[in-house]
Amino acid sequence: MKFFEHFGNYTLFLLGLFKRPERFKVFAKQTLNEMSSIGVGSFGIVSLISVFTGAVATIQIGVQLVSGLVPDYMLGTFVRDSNIYEFSPTITCLVLAGKVGSSIASEMGTMKVTEQIDALEIMGINSANYLVLPKILAGVLTIPLLVVYSMVLSIIGGALSGVLGDIISADAYVRGLRTDFVPFSVGFALIKATTFAFLITSISAYHGYRTEGGALEVGRSSTMAVVYSAVAVIIFDYLLSDILLAA
Amino acid sequence: MIQLKNIRKSFNGKVVLDDISASFYPGKANFVIGASGSGKSVMMKCMVGLIDVDQGEIFYGPDDFVHKSYEERKLIRKEIGMLFQGTALFDSLSVEDNIAFPLRMFTKMTPEEVLERVNFCLQRVNLPNVNKLYPSNLSGGMKKRVGIARAIALNPKYLFCDEPNSGLDPLTSRLIDELIKEITIEYNITTVINTHDMKSLFDMGDNIIYIYQGKKDWEGEKSLIRSSGNSRLLEFMKASEF
Repeated sequence: MKFFEHFGNYTLFLLGLFKRPERFKVFAKQTLNEMSSIGVGSFGIVSLISVFTGAVATIQIGVQLVSGLVPDYMLGTFVRDSNIYEFSPTITCLVLAGKVGSSIASEMGTMKVTEQIDALEIMGINSANYLVLPKILAGVLTIPLLVVYSMVLSIIGGALSGVLGDIISADAYVRGLRTDFVPFSVGFALIKATTFAFLITSISAYHGYRTEGGALEVGRSSTMAVVYSAVAVIIFDYLLSDILLAA
Repeated sequence: MIQLKNIRKSFNGKVVLDDISASFYPGKANFVIGASGSGKSVMMKCMVGLIDVDQGEIFYGPDDFVHKSYEERKLIRKEIGMLFQGTALFDSLSVEDNIAFPLRMFTKMTPEEVLERVNFCLQRVNLPNVNKLYPSNLSGGMKKRVGIARAIALNPKYLFCDEPNSGLDPLTSRLIDELIKEITIEYNITTVINTHDMKSLFDMGDNIIYIYQGKKDWEGEKSLIRSSGNSRLLEFMKASEF
């Protein structure tokens, strides 16, 4: 029952974002600020995770390719595909659900409990449109770019661990990267990243915006935002894979 | 002038405002007093449109705020300034940007005109040279002054102050009171003040409304309070420090 109540409120919240838009100039400035916060602010953590994800993927897949039945260079192919299809979009977005999601929810929650949102409403500003829509738009624009960046770094991380760990030669790794490349794999990853970006920013903003009470409730909203965003990412990961790949 | 006519509000069946009618006059400090939980904050939120009333009318001059469309309400809202209990300054903006915010959103002023107006408002609240500071760098009293400066930036006809002295030391409280009173008279603003501070009330109150358990229990000038014969009001006054 609670799920349906949340789902109904979330839908109404999303519809409310598009009512009574504020001035384009103000909206554009807000969006650019949010892009800087979400995109540039997440650069470090995404870099770190991507390099290590690629490196670990190379080691783990390399350990399993000892039979000699699969050519060495296929390691590069497996690392590429596992990172492009799954690791880069999903792991990056799960991390961003924690970092960006909690930041959005706590910012919105604090603004709510300190009456800053009321101050906007009294001025006649649609606070959801002014505060939330730029965050969603910024997320949808920057998170896919971060995912592309993550793909590149994870493949480089894979190469580093493969070559430095003497698992595979650089030539074989590059040959593997070039083998049977399906351009749609990048398109699929971008579709996932865009969907996840929308889910993370909107769910987190929804939880922050509904905060009532004080500091304790802000913390609770932040936790709820991360949990619900992560669950939504996992569920939509399955749904999109089933719809776009299995069909 | 603001007039409330028979407003009612309930939450989950519990009546919080029960058939309240009252008038708030321009150029006067109109005080709303009552115990915690009596409904005075809900009444203020209804008056500024943060909460919709279940029944009744709220007139800003000749305009019934309750039955206006969102866009029509927006026009009235531009004439409203509000000083929140916790000031509600935007943490991410500097003092200058906080005060400039309504000017940038609702006027076509040039950046130079905006800055001039911001500086005027800061001068008016006796707080020059703090433009580039952030709310976290300010004391409680300074935040209240910046809150007042933001509230008067658009030259409001109506000023709402929710517990303007809460959390302030007695000296700063008096300074904030004097400032609100001066602005009220200077710009002929209809000022509505929610408070528990009886010293404020006796120093600057003009028109007093006493709310008891969601109902208007007494209304009149402060000089009439002691002879009001209203035992609940007198007990409330007696219980205060003043």
